[in-house]
Amino acid sequence: MSATTLETTSAAQSPAFDRARALGRHKAADSSFRWMTFAAALLVLVLLLGVAISLFIGAWPAFREFGFGFLISDAWSPPREKFGAAAAIYGTLATSVIAMLIGVPVGLGVAVFLTELCPPMLRRPVGIAIELLAGIPSIIYGIWGVYYFRPFMQDYLQPLLIGTLGNVPLIGALFAGPPLGYGLLTAGLVLAVMILPFVTAIARDVFETVPPVLKEAAYGVGATTFEVVGNIVLPYTRVGVIGGVMLALGRALGETMAVTFVIGNAPHIQSSILAQGTTISAMIANSFADADPGLATSSLLALGFILFVITFFVLAAARLMLARLAQREGR
Amino acid sequence: MANALYAGRRRNNVIWAALCYAATAFGLMWLALILGALLWNGFGGLSLDVFTKMTAPPGVEGGLLNSIVGSLIQTAIGLLLAAPIGILAGTYLAEYGRHSKLSTVIRFINDILLSAPSIVVGLFVYQFCVLPFGHFSGLAGGVALAVIATPIIVRTTEDMLSLVPNTLREAASALGMPRSLVIRKIAYRTVMSGLVTGVLLAIARMTGETAPLIFTALGNSLFSVDVTQPMSSLPLIIYEFARSPYAEQQKLAWTGALIVTAAVLTLSIVARLVSAPKRGGH
Repeated sequence: MSATTLETTSAAQSPAFDRARALGRHKAADSSFRWMTFAAALLVLVLLLGVAISLFIGAWPAFREFGFGFLISDAWSPPREKFGAAAAIYGTLATSVIAMLIGVPVGLGVAVFLTELCPPMLRRPVGIAIELLAGIPSIIYGIWGVYYFRPFMQDYLQPLLIGTLGNVPLIGALFAGPPLGYGLLTAGLVLAVMILPFVTAIARDVFETVPPVLKEAAYGVGATTFEVVGNIVLPYTRVGVIGGVMLALGRALGETMAVTFVIGNAPHIQSSILAQGTTISAMIANSFADADPGLATSSLLALGFILFVITFFVLAAARLMLARLAQREGR
Repeated sequence: MANALYAGRRRNNVIWAALCYAATAFGLMWLALILGALLWNGFGGLSLDVFTKMTAPPGVEGGLLNSIVGSLIQTAIGLLLAAPIGILAGTYLAEYGRHSKLSTVIRFINDILLSAPSIVVGLFVYQFCVLPFGHFSGLAGGVALAVIATPIIVRTTEDMLSLVPNTLREAASALGMPRSLVIRKIAYRTVMSGLVTGVLLAIARMTGETAPLIFTALGNSLFSVDVTQPMSSLPLIIYEFARSPYAEQQKLAWTGALIVTAAVLTLSIVARLVSAPKRGGH
């Protein structure tokens, strides 16, 4: 008995036992580390599910009360407890369309400049400057927009548009009304500046995936720079560019602070894009903190749920397209 | 005939090139205008008072101390939650589950979270961090920032780890190193600068976020380091003061905006410098 004990003690001090113990310890550490990384990765999934489910639960009273009419009614009246999402959805879409119409062509232009035209010496500084534009927080766009861009709109651009395009039949109604400075167009233009660097960044990345040999072959048969861009680069990267554009659209749809400052926050649908309006995110930012618990809060959560669903599909489509380009590239 | 064709093609080329130059000038113009406005309006307000006094009601000399401290506390909470979770999740995607179906799904979901509207994140955190406790709190603000920051760190961690050459992992494994040690002692060290970059970018993003704080941290005009109570932060005070009719509050809003922008841009430039040598050609 005592002999056995002695033997074990001596074995415990032997190198072989040390190694076994160390291995055992490593094994435990190894599997717990693996388990931790797995849990963290699952948490990412849980987060998205959590967002969707918690918003839906919060929104349920409003959906139950107003049904499908919530989507098509533009009433937003806390005292009468009548809520509808149409004005906010309209404002969100209108500002995003304006932003895309201006931000996408300019962003692509900058990307072409950076990849094809720019002297190598300038490529890095210009690229960084555009990325800084993307890094400026949206609240800064907001304060700048309301102090500088809004007066500019009110004093120059809006009177100009009312005086010229406002008199054209058919589209005149889009540019009607007094120049207030605040409004859908102002918000759309600020958004355009905000999404421009996103379009540029992604377009530049996908343009760089074009095999040089394709471009060289085109240049070799005498194509000009813009024939190369139009006939080689753009067709080759079409899926990626559309993906990037949709990613920018996702940003524009959900952008909050900059829009809240300059859109005027009026929950109405008006024909003029100069008129004040609101967007889903601006409406939530503006009225959530002092909304009555109950139907008002629930309706704002319902707006949030709608925004979440719209951006989810836009972003999902964007990612699928970018993934397709990456796959073709063999990454 | 042929000459006319050439001239036309050359003319098109020149026109398109001019448009691209114009687009670039247009983009850079906004950066100059915004930074110029920030310096013009914010620089004059920078004084010791800004960093030593509390935000004050109109008519009283005030500073931004409580907001700056609030921003730091909430960013720290966000970072403490997001950095471990983000790095671990990124590790799973790049190391253990690189080719699994589940990883493809998680990667996709993470990319969506990466650009999900921050106001929606705010609503989500309100639903499960404010509503159950019955009041707004700095902790909820920090959690909201963590939800924003996590996907950024997941993404950069995965990208960086997938740059680690497999031969390095194989060499370590051949020496008998367990997998977790290969990751921690070899893979992490190889791409340490990349991981730091991801964290810095996440801090930069959290510093400027406003929308998710409005109805989680709410804001507080008093000095508070109690994370269970409403808490001020720089973006929130900019949001409040920029819409104020009082000149001195507007001035403080601009000064705050200058501080936030300087912090964010410095962080993103430092992040770029940290990762620059590894990226080589880019």
